Amino acid sequence: MGAIDIVSYFLILGLLLAAVRVVTTSNVIHAAISLVFTLAITAVIFLLLSAEFVGMVVVLVYIGAVIVLFLFGIMITRAPLGQNAELDNEKNKTLGLVISLSIFALFSYVIINSFDGKMNITEGTSTQVLGEILLTRFVYPFEIVSFVLLAALIGGITLARKDNALIDEDQV
Amino acid sequence: MSFGTEILVKVGVVLAFALNGAVICTLMDVKASAWMQRRPGPLHVGLRGFIFPLAEVIKFIQKEDIVPTKVDKTIFKLAPAFILFSVFGLFVVVPISPTLVVVDLNLGVFYLLAISTLSTLGVLIAGWSSANKYSLMGGLRAAGQLIAYELPLILAVVGVVIQAETMSMVGIVEKQIEWGLPFAIAGQGIAFVIFMIAATAEMMRIPFDMPIGESELVMGFMTEYSGIRFLIFYIAEYINMFVMCAIAATIFLGGYHVPLLPVEWVNFYGPVVLLTKTLGLAFILVLVRWSFPRFREDQLQNIAWKILIPLSLLNIFVTSIMKVVF
Repeated sequence: MGAIDIVSYFLILGLLLAAVRVVTTSNVIHAAISLVFTLAITAVIFLLLSAEFVGMVVVLVYIGAVIVLFLFGIMITRAPLGQNAELDNEKNKTLGLVISLSIFALFSYVIINSFDGKMNITEGTSTQVLGEILLTRFVYPFEIVSFVLLAALIGGITLARKDNALIDEDQV
Repeated sequence: MSFGTEILVKVGVVLAFALNGAVICTLMDVKASAWMQRRPGPLHVGLRGFIFPLAEVIKFIQKEDIVPTKVDKTIFKLAPAFILFSVFGLFVVVPISPTLVVVDLNLGVFYLLAISTLSTLGVLIAGWSSANKYSLMGGLRAAGQLIAYELPLILAVVGVVIQAETMSMVGIVEKQIEWGLPFAIAGQGIAFVIFMIAATAEMMRIPFDMPIGESELVMGFMTEYSGIRFLIFYIAEYINMFVMCAIAATIFLGGYHVPLLPVEWVNFYGPVVLLTKTLGLAFILVLVRWSFPRFREDQLQNIAWKILIPLSLLNIFVTSIMKVVF
């Protein structure tokens, strides 16, 4: 067992602890910060697996944008310091456990079956291969997915835009 | 050299470089302000004001590190670490010469943008965990501003990446040597201006210091911090200024090379050239800081969303067309 294996096991241990903390803590900001650590360790594991593009996307998109917007949203509405009893939900614990275990089993089965534990990069870096595949073989799915973003943009503008007819001009 | 020693040496060099850069920037800032506003402190006191940064650091270290009772202690103490981690992380891919770089990542530019987003997180949780209304207001304003100005920052760099056909920082500099002109002259002038404006906003310096705005928010998200933790925020701002100027100099101004100088000797004059360019850009930021008033909150958001982002999208559009045509 090399040094990198030992590091990986420590990382995975940290990942599990942080992930458990996300769901057990009863302070919503603490949960978000634990989620940051979970995602950061995931990014490091991606880097160790030489998938540097995916690792950096996790940092840029999930930590840099999604979590920041989460925190922004929580703080702009209501974020009490200290424990918040409303966040504990005793009723759904069994159901949550069943669902998460089945997702874990499903993903493990799919990943183990489709890759046989091997990496399939023949030439160039993984990023180069990813870019080429995205813009040649998977170009239609790639373009269609961007319509989701367009729909989200239009939705956001529709919700945020004030209709001029409804505004009393004197009060603006 | 074993892997462990190499890492230690690199971390040591980056720390020395970052902290000295911060000290030089601080000195430049206070000296310029003293000249422009006739302040005796940084001009005449103590070796003509040159020990000012040292005195400042000693003052903050010997102050008491107060942690108020009602704050969320873990997060309150963690927040400065996020910001420091983010600004030190930026040094990793900045090349001082073709070989003198911590690591030349293939995705260098992408890495920079990813790691610089972490400071937003630090600012937000610093504001929240302080249990103070001024801090929370400052944190929210800061987050709004950082989110808004991250986009033009990223989009401005995309134009350069399209023109250089690479994301590696060394690769971008090599491309500028090949073209014979830095990108700020050869096609990306608008992107350079957008980048510098967005970078100033990311540093939260005047005229973009609405989140700190000491006349209305005391000290914004830093209000409850004192002693060494306040010093960390203070130093991080200057390290950030230094490294952002170094990045701008590398991406837009040809990095460690100047046209007409022989390329074979770049390892000798590279560090000096890059440092000169970096401090030149930093000096412009200092002059801007002491010349302009603060932007109002709505003006600040309007500049980002209505001017800088459309302009940088247009820049990407034009650059791509030029790339296809030529």
